[in-house]
Amino acid sequence: MSGVRVLVGTRKGAFILTSDGKREKWDISGPQFAGWEIYHMKGSPADPNRIYASQTSGWFGQILQRSSDGGKTWETPGGEQMPKPGEFPSGGSNKFVYDTSGETGKPLTTHQWYDGTQHPWEFKRVWHLEPSLTDPDTCYAGVEDAALFRTTDGGKSWNEISGLRGHGTGASWSPGAGGLGLHTIILDPSNPNRIYIAISAAGAFRTDDGGKTWKPINKGLKSSYIPNPEAETGHCVHHMAIHKSRPGVLFMQKHWDVMRSDNAGDLWKEVSGNLPTDFGFVIDVHAHEPETIYVVPIKSDGEHFPPEGKLRVFRSRKGGNEWEALTKGLPQSNCYVNVLRDAMSVDSLDKCGVYFGTTGGQVYVSADAGDNWIPIVHDLPAVLSVEVQTVQ
Amino acid sequence: MIRVEIPQHLRTLAKVTGEVQLEVEGPVTQRSVLDALEARYPMLRGTIRDHVTLQRRPFLRFFVREEDWSLEQPDKPLPEAVASGKEPFLVIGSIAGG
Repeated sequence: MSGVRVLVGTRKGAFILTSDGKREKWDISGPQFAGWEIYHMKGSPADPNRIYASQTSGWFGQILQRSSDGGKTWETPGGEQMPKPGEFPSGGSNKFVYDTSGETGKPLTTHQWYDGTQHPWEFKRVWHLEPSLTDPDTCYAGVEDAALFRTTDGGKSWNEISGLRGHGTGASWSPGAGGLGLHTIILDPSNPNRIYIAISAAGAFRTDDGGKTWKPINKGLKSSYIPNPEAETGHCVHHMAIHKSRPGVLFMQKHWDVMRSDNAGDLWKEVSGNLPTDFGFVIDVHAHEPETIYVVPIKSDGEHFPPEGKLRVFRSRKGGNEWEALTKGLPQSNCYVNVLRDAMSVDSLDKCGVYFGTTGGQVYVSADAGDNWIPIVHDLPAVLSVEVQTVQ
Repeated sequence: MIRVEIPQHLRTLAKVTGEVQLEVEGPVTQRSVLDALEARYPMLRGTIRDHVTLQRRPFLRFFVREEDWSLEQPDKPLPEAVASGKEPFLVIGSIAGG
């Protein structure tokens, strides 16, 4: 019988929540990596037991660990082997060094800082891990300051895909208040050369040649908070999602505005419709219905909590514009949590399960596509990310 | 035998409990001790010193017998008490919280 494994990253460790296909009774394991910020964990589609985890710390920097048994045990890739006499270990699993060579990319050394001056690129942390759709040892990492890295040896070493920063506008990218993070990576299941990424606050980008060259895909976005609201870059994209059957259709939750593109990001149109506020962080797509999408509206950029203290998921069955509030089982008074950009996911069981985590430490599940919700856990540390694996 | 104490999170990462004991060849300096630590426990590379610059991470400091060695040159010989194993070399993280 199929079941689900929910990978939850929090401010103080990782938790794994498991259940059978009914999704009523849950086993909770954790915290793993206790005390570390777990920005993201994600399993390989090619081997669900291979899971990558990004853990960070203000004291000790970035650590990457992986599991080969579905999260029961973890290892530092390459860190487990004792070096031979006279040989110094590479210790490269947490080594993210920007490519500044002229041969593989434009040698960018600075980007725009908050005050408009140029500032050195400084690696801070891995925000998002996106395992390859076909190879368990290949995984992409979106990092702050914004760049895309890739491993092809299971996380032992990472190399920058430097064409992204070098595509022409990199020097003008400027961080939002939360940092200059590359937080969204979408691999096109129908075209291995096409990847979408998004950066706060540079915008969305696409490659059609496996990462060698990139183009901004922000036409149609309007952001009143930047000097040119329709600039080529500078938009604060919060998250993007696709349905695997229609990878050319993109949905986006921008800083403000919910958007969709029907041509792989070449042009966007707003589909916020009747949402009570179109600010928010998460957006996701039903596993079996490409036009059914979910968002969690947040009051504003200055007030990161649900409007009216009511935690509501909004669902559109028409790909946007017409939204219905989903409230059954969710707190409808005095709720002032946030739902961060990587903290929503869906499973692929027959009745699509929808999951999200909050900064208040709750992880909610709906086993019926959003009609009814129950909390799996109430009191975890603030949830940074939620990913779901449907397992046999 | 050189004795080194590292913060709890790094002990967990390196899968060790308590003090770490290391053999260090040549002069016993901060650099040679940390090199030996990272050679013995590769997963610690980058967590105490930056991968590229080998600079100490900002929230960590190095102590020997209550003396702060954080700003000393990395190749300056450590006190005989550390070289002989009488006293540990301490890697200390700043206090969390306010």
